[in-house]
Amino acid sequence: MPQPPPLPGPAPWRPVFGSWLTAYKRTWRGSIFGRFLSPVLFLLSIGLGLGSLVNKSAGGVDGVPYLQFVVPGIVAAQSMWVAMGESAYPVMGAIRWNKKYHAMLATPVGIDDILLGHLGYVAMQITGATAIFIGVAALFGSFGSWWVLLCLPITVLTGMAFAVPVFAFSATQEGPDSFNILFRFIMTPLFLFSGIFFPVSQLPAVIRPIAWVTPLWHGVDADRSLALGSPDVAGVLGHTAYLVAAIVVGALLARRSFTKRLVV
Amino acid sequence: MFYATGLTKNFGDFTAVDSIDFEVERGESFGFLGPNGAGKSSTMKMVGCVSPASGGELRVFGQDPATHGPQIRARLGVVPQKDTLDEELTVEENLWIYGRYFGLSRSEVRSRTTELLDFAQLTDRAKSKVEPLSGGMKRRLTIARSLISRPEILLLDEPTTGLDPQARHVLWDRLFRLKRSGVTLVLTTHYMDEAEQLCDRLVVMDHGKIVAEGSPRSLITAYSTREVLELRFDTDDHAHHGDAIAGIGERIEVLPDRLLVYTEDGDAAAAAVHQRGVQPLSSLVRRSTLEDVFLHLTGRTLVD
Repeated sequence: MPQPPPLPGPAPWRPVFGSWLTAYKRTWRGSIFGRFLSPVLFLLSIGLGLGSLVNKSAGGVDGVPYLQFVVPGIVAAQSMWVAMGESAYPVMGAIRWNKKYHAMLATPVGIDDILLGHLGYVAMQITGATAIFIGVAALFGSFGSWWVLLCLPITVLTGMAFAVPVFAFSATQEGPDSFNILFRFIMTPLFLFSGIFFPVSQLPAVIRPIAWVTPLWHGVDADRSLALGSPDVAGVLGHTAYLVAAIVVGALLARRSFTKRLVV
Repeated sequence: MFYATGLTKNFGDFTAVDSIDFEVERGESFGFLGPNGAGKSSTMKMVGCVSPASGGELRVFGQDPATHGPQIRARLGVVPQKDTLDEELTVEENLWIYGRYFGLSRSEVRSRTTELLDFAQLTDRAKSKVEPLSGGMKRRLTIARSLISRPEILLLDEPTTGLDPQARHVLWDRLFRLKRSGVTLVLTTHYMDEAEQLCDRLVVMDHGKIVAEGSPRSLITAYSTREVLELRFDTDDHAHHGDAIAGIGERIEVLPDRLLVYTEDGDAAAAAVHQRGVQPLSSLVRRSTLEDVFLHLTGRTLVD
C-alpha cells in the first residue's frame, strides 16, 4: 500500500509542544521563583548546615567536603521531582479532566506527536530547573570542576528516565489517588537511599541492588563523578546507557498505554 | 463525501454500532437522531477517525481512516459532545493553538481567529479566559475552533445538549450560516426540533441500528399522521382511558403521562372524544414531529 503524502506544515509534535508552552506562559513566574528557591534551601540546610557537622566529625565523605559530595546527588534528585510533577497530574488531567489530548487527536496530530511534544516540554522544564540549580549551587562553591557542565545532559536524561515511564503509568490512572503512593512509597525512598546523602556502600548489602536498578542512583553517581572533576569515563558512559535504555523502554510502554487509553 | 457499509463498533461483548450503512453527499446536512446509547457518538468518532471501526467499510473523502487518519482529520472539523477547550487559556489562545495542530502558520491562524471570533460573536471576549464563559459561549467557541482549518465536513456531536433555549437558537443560526456557505454538516442529536431545523436528511438510530432514513418531512409522512391529539387525564394509569377512545384516529399511543391519538384531523378527533363523553384534563392538537416517528418506530421517547 502506498504511504499517504506527508501533511503540510511543521511536524505535528511541534504545535503540541507549543500548546504546553502557551499554558506555561501563565505560570512561569511562580515556577521560575521556585526553581531558584529550591537549590538555595537545599544548599543552606543540607549542604552547609548538615555539611559542617559531617566535615567536622568525619572529615567529609571519603575525604570530599560534604557540600561537594551531596550537591551533585541533589541535582539528580531534583530532576526526578520535576519530572514527576510534570508527568503525573498533567498527563492524567489531559486525559481525564480537560481532555487536552482528545482535542489534539481530533486534528492531524497523532499519539506519537502527543508523546513527543509533551515529553519535549517536560525535558525543557527539567533542563531549565537543572541549569538553574547547577548555576546557583556553583555560586556556593559546590563543584570542584568544569566537568560539572556535563551534569546538565546527564541530569536531563535522569529526569526523563522517570518522566517517560511515569507518562505510561499516569495514562492508566482514573484519578490522582495512586500518585500519593508513587510519591510517598517510591520517590521518597529513592530520594533517601540512592546514594545522595551517603554512599550506597553504607546500605545493607541486600538493599544495594535496589539502588542499582533505579535510574536515580545512576544519575547521582554519574553527576558526582563529573562534578568532582575526575570522572570515571567508562562508569559515566555505562550510567548514560542505562538511563537511555530506561527512556526507550518507558517510551514503548507510554505509547502502548496512551494508545489503549485514547484510541478506543 | 463519505459512506459506510456494515459499519460496526464493539466494546468487548457490547455492540455499540451494529452494521449500519449510510452515505453523505457534499453540501448536505445529515443527522443521526436517537436516544442516549443509540450508538450515535460511536459512529461519529469512527467517521472522525479517532476510533477504529470493529468491522465493515468506512471511507471518508474516498480514504480509509485506518490508513489515512491524519490526512482525513486535516479536512474535518470536530465539535465533540463535551467541550475540550483549555479553560486556563484565553478564548483566542484556544484558537491559536488549535490552528497550529493543522500546520497553519502563526499569521494565518491569527487572521482566521479574528474572523472566527466575529462569526462566533465572541470578539469582545477574545482576551478573556475560557473558564468563566457561559455554556453557550463555550459551545460557540468550540465550533469556531473546529472551523479554523476551514473543514469540508463539520462533525457535531450533540451540539446544543445542555444549553438554554436562547443559546440553542443562536447556535442554530450560526450552523445554518455554515450550511449555506457550503460546509457539509453531520450532527447527532436527541432533539427532534434540532433535527428538523438543521437536517436535510437523517437516519433514526436505536440500539446501534438504523431503523429509518429520509428527510424529516418524508419520515413524518411515512411513519406518522399529519396531526396528533394529545390527551391528559387525571389518573395514574393512562392505559385505562385508551379503551374508552379506541377507534378514534388511526392509531393510539399510550405514554405514562398522556395519550397520543394519531389522525389526519386533530380537531375532528377531539370532537369524537368529546362525543363519547370522555373528559380529559387537557387536550391539545399539534402537528406530527420526528418524536412521533421515533415513538412509532421504537415504542420509546427520545428524551426520558
